[in-house]
Amino acid sequence: MAREIYQAIVDGILIGGVYALMAVGLTLIFGVLDIINIAQGIMVILGAYLSYELAARLHIDLFVGLLITVPAMFVIGVVIQWVFIRPLRGRERTSMTLLVTYAVALIIEGILYQTFGADDRQLSASYVISSVHLFGFYLPYIYLYGFALALALVAALYTLLYRTSFGRSVRATMQDETAARLVGIDTNRVAAITFGIGVAVTAAGGMVYGATNAFDPNSGYDLISRLLAIIILGGLGSIGGALAASIFMLTLESLVDIWQPTWAIVVFYAALVLVLLIKPTGFFGRQAVRAQ
Amino acid sequence: MSNVLLRTEGVNKSYGGVRALDMCTIEVAEGTVAGLIGPNGSGKTTLFNVITGYAKADAGEVYLADRRITNSAPDKVFALGIGRTFQLTRIFPSLTVMENMLVASRHSRTGARRQAMDQLEFVGIAGHHAELAGTLSYGQRKLLELAYVLVADPAIVLLDEPAGGVNLSLVNHIAARIRELNAAGKTFLIVEHNMEFVMGLCAEITVLDSGTVVAAGPPDIVRTDRRVLDAYLGEDIVDEPGPVDPAEDA
Amino acid sequence: MSESPGAGLRGRSRLGGPDIVRIAFLVALLAVALAFPVLFPSPVATNYGVFTLVFVAVASAWNVFSGFSGYISLGHAVFFGSGAYALGIAARDWHVTGVATFGLLPLSAAVGALIAVPFGLIALRVRRHTFIVITIAVFFIFQLMAYNFSFTGGSTGVDAPFLPWPAATYNNPFYYISLGCAVGMIALAWLIRRSRFGLQLRAIRDDEDRARGLGVHAMRVKLTAFVISAAVTGLVGAVWFFYLTQVQPPSGFDPLFDLSVVLMAFLGGLGTVAGPVLGALIIEPGQLYLTVTFTNGYFSEILLGALFLVAVLLVPRGIIPTGGEYLRRLTTRGRSAIPAANPASQSAPASTGPRSDEGAMREGGASKGARRRAGKAL
Repeated sequence: MAREIYQAIVDGILIGGVYALMAVGLTLIFGVLDIINIAQGIMVILGAYLSYELAARLHIDLFVGLLITVPAMFVIGVVIQWVFIRPLRGRERTSMTLLVTYAVALIIEGILYQTFGADDRQLSASYVISSVHLFGFYLPYIYLYGFALALALVAALYTLLYRTSFGRSVRATMQDETAARLVGIDTNRVAAITFGIGVAVTAAGGMVYGATNAFDPNSGYDLISRLLAIIILGGLGSIGGALAASIFMLTLESLVDIWQPTWAIVVFYAALVLVLLIKPTGFFGRQAVRAQ
Repeated sequence: MSNVLLRTEGVNKSYGGVRALDMCTIEVAEGTVAGLIGPNGSGKTTLFNVITGYAKADAGEVYLADRRITNSAPDKVFALGIGRTFQLTRIFPSLTVMENMLVASRHSRTGARRQAMDQLEFVGIAGHHAELAGTLSYGQRKLLELAYVLVADPAIVLLDEPAGGVNLSLVNHIAARIRELNAAGKTFLIVEHNMEFVMGLCAEITVLDSGTVVAAGPPDIVRTDRRVLDAYLGEDIVDEPGPVDPAEDA
Repeated sequence: MSESPGAGLRGRSRLGGPDIVRIAFLVALLAVALAFPVLFPSPVATNYGVFTLVFVAVASAWNVFSGFSGYISLGHAVFFGSGAYALGIAARDWHVTGVATFGLLPLSAAVGALIAVPFGLIALRVRRHTFIVITIAVFFIFQLMAYNFSFTGGSTGVDAPFLPWPAATYNNPFYYISLGCAVGMIALAWLIRRSRFGLQLRAIRDDEDRARGLGVHAMRVKLTAFVISAAVTGLVGAVWFFYLTQVQPPSGFDPLFDLSVVLMAFLGGLGTVAGPVLGALIIEPGQLYLTVTFTNGYFSEILLGALFLVAVLLVPRGIIPTGGEYLRRLTTRGRSAIPAANPASQSAPASTGPRSDEGAMREGGASKGARRRAGKAL
């Protein structure tokens, strides 16, 4: 029993890393653009399909394929932001962007259905099925690589945000868009690029997700709901929070899964609701958040 | 003299490391038009926020007449008779002018509308009563905000920069309205940067600097008080010969 | 509009030309709606009628909460599905059959309301972004529960009692019931909008903190609107279920449901009474048509999303407000927009002039064209 619990915890941490990959992009987008990108879930799936195609048709290794999919998703993200999100203005901006991203998600989902059909896919590679046997635990290679990738990307994001001038622009825009513009920052460019980055990160997440789960175009819904729960729990806009919350939630789910698989996912949302009752801003959320 | 209507005692308020209010003690006598001035960042709006419940005091007390109202919620403060306007005018843009008035009103249906129209006429925007508040110009919004604060007939009205950013004729219009209301017994506490406005309107002026009171008194005294000049102009100003203040110590 | 007192809230300054026209228009519309099954008796047509009216009611109910308060709910499917399931489960467990099942409809409304209370108490305390996400989360919880509980029938769902009615006229009673729901909800929405309660809701939407500061009990007001909205949605969900004779988790708790409803309200104009109605009248028949024509359901998804994007980019304020503004511009061409009647307003002369330089102050929601109909609900 104890062994099962430990394994569940280990699994939770590793899977949490994968989710962190996807959640970090989402929370970054919120932090800078103040919008919730509902399309993030389907973007992950899109990334998974792209990796799949590269692997299946061109026999490109999954990780190597990222060199193509990540920039591709970046471009897609920038385009979406530029065309659909940037024109939105006015008091209803929050709700409107949310609905717009929801609409974009629908369109992408529909396109994926048309192109790939409704069958399950899963990415495969030699390291997907095999694992390393360490201290009596099974650690699937793919999860280890995925976790490492997650850490690398989060580290890269931190470096970008805190050590580059672009990152400074991003942080300035996050704090006060008008002030940022006043000092000459092109906030439109910052917004577009940040959105692109947020989406590009999902390409990586998509690959690992696709390798560890069977997916079809419908998987986007489940994903986005989990991701939303995660970033709220971690605190909207907090990258560290997204990482922590991912690991926490997935470990929790993993543990509950031992006893009652069907309810594991409900625990996910119940945890969200409970935490919000106690701390409406999430773990590391920014200050006072009255109902607006 | 008259009773003290509004009083704060030793109020402290910090935001992170910044001390916005430091042992701030002020008094507003009933029936006066009192002014609250001071350089930017001296804590005037913070004091308003603490008084009206939009910010919590770290220490100190706030009294309305003899009633302790420290840290009461904004709606409680409003119900007790303290009305307040904001530096950045806060109105309800998607409601009509009349509807804006009705949000604050406590009267029954017909009574409320009559009252509201009276106030709108008083401030001078009654003609726009059916327009969306969002289409009003800046000056008109200021008038609207004043009107809907008045509609609940508060005992004391806190005005945060009522003359800010508006043209001269409107400033005079507002000042005239304040005088009228004061003559009928309403008490005012006004934060302002427009010195002419304050000096011409207020009987009592309190000066804040860095969250604490540095001077208080009638306009003539305050106007030439050394400490006030220091507060506004900074302490390392060169000593220039100017009007001699008989009250100043050598 | 001159300064007749009371025009603001009541919306009817004097019964004149525009109002008689408006009333006549509504009466005519109602007459057409009532006569519809007689004019177009084919089940195909009345089927469109039932679905459209169901969504008119739902969109209007949704709008009374979300449109007026500004808290966008993406979880109203919770009430719709719960109302549906409630009717089915009650009929099954209490052995209610045939027409008597209609008597259970109030139960579905009650179920919707009961769920809304704890739901609202939790969700309405956080800011709007988080609120939306909570509604999504609760939606998924309910869908999951529907799949996993035995009393909900799992993935098979629940069936409605059988109605021994002839196929040719089967739809008609449902048509009239849905019509009743729709008209009732529209009337309710209109009443709310004119009322003090509605005013407080809309004030919350504009500036909740300021409204609170002026004595509005925000939580109470929001929760009440939420419960009303939920009750009607639950009721209509039950009607829909009875009509379709079955409900399963993906249909009762359909992720597209809320997006469609939002789109309808949004297209027509959030926060107006007629907006959601118009939106539903436009979109629902279109959606039905697509579902039937393109049995490959994914194309309709793409279209729905695309339509939404187009709507957001072209008519961001919705058709009714934008249309109102357009009409206003047509009717005031050449005339001054500002009534100069009141001498008091001239003491602030320079301020009334340059409206445009206050652009920063004037954001999305306000529309000059709505001035004429500013106090009016429709």
